[in-house]
Amino acid sequence: MIVDLIVWPTLAALLWVNRRRPLLWPLLALALLLLFNRVFTPGFFVLEIRDGRLYGTLVDVLNQGSKVMLLALGMTLVIATGGVDLSVGATMAIAGAVMARLADVSVPVALGGGLGVALLAGAWNGLLVSAFRIQPIIATLILMVAGRGVAQLVTDGQIINFEQPALVYLGNGALLGLPFTLALVLGMFVLTALLVRRTALGLFIEAIGDNETAARFTGLPARPVKFLVYVFAGLCAGLAGLVAASNIKSADANHIGLYLELDAILTVVVGGTALTGGRFQLAGSLVGALLIQTLGTTLYARNVGADVATVPKAIVILAVCLLQSPVLRAKLAGLRRRPPAAATKEGTV
Amino acid sequence: MNLAKLRPSAQILPVLASLGVLILLYAGGCVAFENFGSLRVLINLFGDNAFLGVAAVGATFVILSGGIDLSVGAVVAFTGVLIASLIGHGQPPLLAIGLALAFGAGFGALMGALIHLYALPPFLVTLGGMFLARGLSFMVHPESLSIDHPFYGEFISQTLSVPVSRRLAIPFTAFALLAVVLAGAALARWSRFGRNVLAIGSSESSARLMGVPIGSTKILVYTLGGFLSALGGVVATFYMQSGNPASFVGLELDAIAAAVIGGTLLRGGVGYIPGTLVGVLILGLIQTLVIFQGTLNSWWTRIAVGGLLFVFIVLQQLTARRRE
Amino acid sequence: MSAPALVCRGLTKRFPGVVALDGVDFCARGGEVHALMGENGAGKSTLIKALTGVHPRDAGEAEVDGRPVHPRSPREAEAAGISTVYQEVNLIPDLSVAENICLGRQRTRFGFIRWGDARARARSALARLGLELDVDRTLSECSIAVQQLVAIARATDIDARVLILDEPTSSLDAGEVAQLFTVVRRLRDQGLAIVFVSHFLDQVYALADRITVLRNGRLVGEFPVAELPRLQLVAHMMGRSVDEVEALRHRERPAAAPGEPLLSTHGLARRHAVLPLDLELRRGEVLGLGGLLGSGRTEVARLLFGLDRADAGETRLEGRKVEFHSPADAMRAGLALTPEDRKTQAILPNLTVRENLVVALQARRGLWKQIPRAEQDRLVADFTRALGIKTSGPEQLIRNLSGGNQQKVILARWLATEPRLLILDEPTRGIDVGAQADIERLLAKLRDQGLAIVFICADTAELSRNSQRIAVLRDHAKVAELTGADVNEQAVMRAIAREAAA
Repeated sequence: MIVDLIVWPTLAALLWVNRRRPLLWPLLALALLLLFNRVFTPGFFVLEIRDGRLYGTLVDVLNQGSKVMLLALGMTLVIATGGVDLSVGATMAIAGAVMARLADVSVPVALGGGLGVALLAGAWNGLLVSAFRIQPIIATLILMVAGRGVAQLVTDGQIINFEQPALVYLGNGALLGLPFTLALVLGMFVLTALLVRRTALGLFIEAIGDNETAARFTGLPARPVKFLVYVFAGLCAGLAGLVAASNIKSADANHIGLYLELDAILTVVVGGTALTGGRFQLAGSLVGALLIQTLGTTLYARNVGADVATVPKAIVILAVCLLQSPVLRAKLAGLRRRPPAAATKEGTV
Repeated sequence: MNLAKLRPSAQILPVLASLGVLILLYAGGCVAFENFGSLRVLINLFGDNAFLGVAAVGATFVILSGGIDLSVGAVVAFTGVLIASLIGHGQPPLLAIGLALAFGAGFGALMGALIHLYALPPFLVTLGGMFLARGLSFMVHPESLSIDHPFYGEFISQTLSVPVSRRLAIPFTAFALLAVVLAGAALARWSRFGRNVLAIGSSESSARLMGVPIGSTKILVYTLGGFLSALGGVVATFYMQSGNPASFVGLELDAIAAAVIGGTLLRGGVGYIPGTLVGVLILGLIQTLVIFQGTLNSWWTRIAVGGLLFVFIVLQQLTARRRE
Repeated sequence: MSAPALVCRGLTKRFPGVVALDGVDFCARGGEVHALMGENGAGKSTLIKALTGVHPRDAGEAEVDGRPVHPRSPREAEAAGISTVYQEVNLIPDLSVAENICLGRQRTRFGFIRWGDARARARSALARLGLELDVDRTLSECSIAVQQLVAIARATDIDARVLILDEPTSSLDAGEVAQLFTVVRRLRDQGLAIVFVSHFLDQVYALADRITVLRNGRLVGEFPVAELPRLQLVAHMMGRSVDEVEALRHRERPAAAPGEPLLSTHGLARRHAVLPLDLELRRGEVLGLGGLLGSGRTEVARLLFGLDRADAGETRLEGRKVEFHSPADAMRAGLALTPEDRKTQAILPNLTVRENLVVALQARRGLWKQIPRAEQDRLVADFTRALGIKTSGPEQLIRNLSGGNQQKVILARWLATEPRLLILDEPTRGIDVGAQADIERLLAKLRDQGLAIVFICADTAELSRNSQRIAVLRDHAKVAELTGADVNEQAVMRAIAREAAA
């Protein structure tokens, strides 16, 4: 089948390219999961073209995973500085609400308003973290708690529907036969990659996350950089919120982006960026998002409800945590190096 | 010297501030709305928020130790579904409740052990715990399940409640809340365990050098957190007479907010259990006010809570920085 | 003098690659203050940690009052009669004074802590030290000095036989030190054996009855204070004999034409760190900063580089008044600093050699002007060759390099910014001899190229070998400035020991 000709060689090539890179494990897991579906889930790889547009489970995975992928781009940078942003789900709700509210005014105003308010939310978090020096978990908790209230304030507690074609297109339209959201994710990915790899931003972020004291001794602008990444995370959350609202052609302040901050964090960690900060894997985060989304879709295809699907997700989180645990790593390394009987207890750290 | 004694300690100031906010809110409500000052409103304030209060006491202990527990809401929901399902399958209610409490404690102990033994971030471990407990509750029963048992119908809502007039009774849940707050306050203030929790939250490295048993205290504090979440779930079944796997989403945020508004520092080491009760009552009062007002909508509750959270966190930060 | 309270024989502790403590004998008697002296890496803190159960010892014995002790935790050490007060107050900042004294030992009734008893005990423990404090105060509201005294009260509340004071005076001012000493003398007179670790010679001579000197993990000797002149003590700590020091001939050094002044400080000071300091740095000259650990060397470097803000005084760059609020400011003016602690303050362990090397230059050029990859690679290639950095390539992670090569990368990081003034804080610490020689050669070369260099070094030989001028610091103040023929080890030691430079 055509799909086999595309998917497998691509994965194999990526795996080959990344033999010695952190991307290897998430890619391998993704490949295994796809292989499982290739064998056991009939129709998983079936693609068909209707009305000049591609349909199929794989397309759904990409389409549904787009929101988390967008969030993951911003979250990757935040986590790389050693922080975390709990408020992105709530920010999505606010951005969606503002867009729906302004939909009748004009499309550019609606889009601009949604993104603008998301940038504002990011700036708020950035201010608390960089200027007030509040611990990121705590600083972003405030907006996580209040954000949905603000979103409901904007929608007046209603679910606001909209039908403007351009706004509906954002989350449902097709470009060159593929979902427009895919183009959006790719566009943002390229933009982010350019931002961090064609300026010194990536180096600065990794230096700050790796050793903030040394970064300060080297004259790096730690605080402005931190502010910037939260603003960027806000922008990404805003885009994800617009897509989420467009998906359902309405703004549902209660449900848009619910728990997606946790998915985004999980995705970034699965993608190979450590929660302690430092080296980040932008592409890894996207693969992580695909992995989580494919896992969800696989479970759904096997009649495991979305509600229960949180159990395997929890197991993934705990497994990833354990794999990253320095204590466990030290123990495993100790086991490998010498016979277990001689292994001393972990002593000085 | 004597003057210094009259000045309240800087640690208790936030609690006094919250108490002031509570009184202002209540007085404001009484002035603005006719029946706000009635005994019924007051009793309901305690009864309706009992499950939150019980869970928040557990969350406060975890925060005092310098950790965080994101699994509160999911464990409360799981407990409710488990009890409803067990009773539905003909098990005696007390057994169901006992099992649920044991599950909560065991669940907390497991998370605590992972956090301590493998030096994992509490945030991620309890996030995993949240997903796990939420998924498990849907596995037990995929939708809301009402509890139909005389124990729940008559015993809890009538025998165990204390009538104050012909049409008004103090529900059992209100007493449960007060009992847990008192016990929690005593544990924090008068037990070695409680003091060790505060010491670890304030400075883990110092506590270790001072001979505080770090591992057992940390595991125990998450065990207590899990147990009180489960107890909150039990109290919630008394109140709701049902269990619902989709319920109490985000309750952990309310619990954390109640603790912070009640004067507990999120970095750990400073806080008061009675303060958490004040925090819970403030959250409840805001909700009651919004209901009484009628034209205001429920989302104002979230915004007000977020605003209060902001004010208290910034206050904490400013006092902490001045000390440096 | 009474019987030995603490006796150690042949204490040995190995860490991967180093023997931190090598068969050390140590003995402290009741009713004496016994100073434990030694430079960095001498083994003082390892000895203390072995005694307090923080590190289990590998060999040797310890006895308290003739009973063998083998503590595996601070708690067991306390139970055995060994209490410790550390440099940073290791108490719980958010708990009350009373509770900090009683934590973990509270008496209970029916499982309830008896707070009245705790307060009374805390008061009596403080009274034994001759102190009266409000025991209900939160610890963090007390001054560091009071916190230190509370820590001593906690340490002596139980039946301690031996009290170890590990650099208790580092963050105290003169008045507070006097108060602390009164308390310590009082405890000594009550019969306690007190082990006193300090870098301040004046304090040691003011307080101690006896001194044990360690060097490189070995025992140098135990001396009554009265029989150990300061110069002799310093010589012991540095590992030179006094005769050797006296006999040292001044080496010929290039009569470098004194360059023009580049940067000068006038009365520059910072509370608890640097007393008013006048310093002049000239182009084409290495100014050595000498002094014992804790004498304020690093604090001067931090102040110059804008990491700390001065409370008083001024800095002039080529005669113009300047104020550096951050390292970025200092870098713009052409300053560079390789910090003392390479691991925590300099390297970005999980980044590559290339990234570690270009990061300062990139910080100076700003966020948007990324250094092109070709230029980065050229910088790495140039400096790898010029400094003899041994790596498997520019993309190797710096944490996998040896200490010496890491230090060369850090030096390259700063040389890439083309500084006018280079501050090197202990650039040769913990690196192999070959790399050390390389760095010393580089120092001379950079000097000849016209850089002004501040060279901070604990090793007096290395310091005098590489400097044209030496400022000696003691107790946060400049006590001597040596020029010309006076730039030699003996003069440095005399200045450190506060004897007239003959």
